[in-house]
Amino acid sequence: MKNANDPKQLLVSAIESGTVIDHIPARTLFKVIKILGLDKINNQITFGTNLDSKTDGKKAIIKIAGVFFEDDDINRIALVAPNAKLNIIRDYEVVEKRVVSVPDTITAIAKCMNPKCITNFEKVTTRFKVVSKKPVALKCHYCEKITDQERLEII
Amino acid sequence: MKTRSLVSIDDLTTAEIMKILDLAAEFEKEPIQDILRGRVVATLFFEPSTRTRLSFESAVNKLGGNVIGFTDSSSSSVTKGETLNDTIRTVNNYADLIVMRHPIEGSARYASEISTVPVINAGDGANQHPTQTLLDLYSILKTQGTLDKLNICMVGDLKYGRTVHSLLMAMSRWKTSFNFVAPEELMMPDEYKLYLRNLGLTYYETSNLTEVINMADIIYMTRVQRERFSDPMEYEKVKNAYVLHENMLGETKQGMKILHPLPRVNEINTDVDANTKAYYFEQALNGVFTRQAIITTLLGLK
Repeated sequence: MKNANDPKQLLVSAIESGTVIDHIPARTLFKVIKILGLDKINNQITFGTNLDSKTDGKKAIIKIAGVFFEDDDINRIALVAPNAKLNIIRDYEVVEKRVVSVPDTITAIAKCMNPKCITNFEKVTTRFKVVSKKPVALKCHYCEKITDQERLEII
Repeated sequence: MKTRSLVSIDDLTTAEIMKILDLAAEFEKEPIQDILRGRVVATLFFEPSTRTRLSFESAVNKLGGNVIGFTDSSSSSVTKGETLNDTIRTVNNYADLIVMRHPIEGSARYASEISTVPVINAGDGANQHPTQTLLDLYSILKTQGTLDKLNICMVGDLKYGRTVHSLLMAMSRWKTSFNFVAPEELMMPDEYKLYLRNLGLTYYETSNLTEVINMADIIYMTRVQRERFSDPMEYEKVKNAYVLHENMLGETKQGMKILHPLPRVNEINTDVDANTKAYYFEQALNGVFTRQAIITTLLGLK
């Protein structure tokens, strides 16, 4: 494996099988962890952050042993890590590479930026229609206001 | 209709809108009927809006139905900290339909998702007020005989005016051309202009009402409110520039009508009231017929 010789990759140990998520912006690493619920599972997880990247400035990488994600689940991180790349590992080999794409609707991840929106007053699961994917712009299902990339907050 | 509630004008197809307007015309011919006998409509007004509430209550009463409800949230259990969720679930046990006015945006959509009976949004904050839009459409259709290819002149606060935004979105279905007359600070927001451009519709912006008034089939007046201006000097400068006087109507089109969602303060001088082009009080009456049409449609009675 070419990557195994990359000194940046050696900072965290290789996994036998599981998922490696690369090219996460360093500042959104913990949002990615939260969105995927990695703080609540018992699998072995290693991550590195503030790694130098030619394309992303400072990036982060997560290696999760024994977990394989469905597209719908992994696409949830597209809001905060639009350029993330997944390597699916089996027997220490990359068997598949995947990229993430912003889904058409976003449920229960983002916060509506409108302080007068019902979702900021009562226990309502937030729902958005994605009206633009790059840059991301979300239209609230309830108050119909737009939450843009700059004001995007993850719940 | 695919949904039994009315939250936003965009929820309705053009065919559904036309069906409601046709029905409103039927109710105008025969406003007193016994269709709602034994039915209970709850008017939940979490903030006061006297005109809207009276219009709904009149619509229900004329059809033989009964009205329960509250007129502002200080007289309801909301002041004890009850959630909207609980209020709606409780009222579901008492009413066949809910009319709701609430200061929080999106509250009506949320209520419609919880409720087991139809919900009519009578205004959710600055978001939507679809029955106002429908009664405006009915007034335009009735006075112009068509909704197609009209010239609509919107005047006053076009930045914050929920009513003009909804009307713009609705009328854009019928190849309308728009003139926007507003002070610099209260111009139509870019997102609506972009929406029209994408549809290939034309609009023209000016701060001079007399420049475009003679082209209009409909003049839609709104109130320019002092509190909208960051600089009170600006308000003083523009406050009289958006007032309609009788002597401005001389060269306007024969069939032109002046609409206003009311309440009016001083933006239409009272000398206009006697002119046959003044239509705002009839517009308010049309609201009763339109709401009769909406209520009976949602209840599946028409």
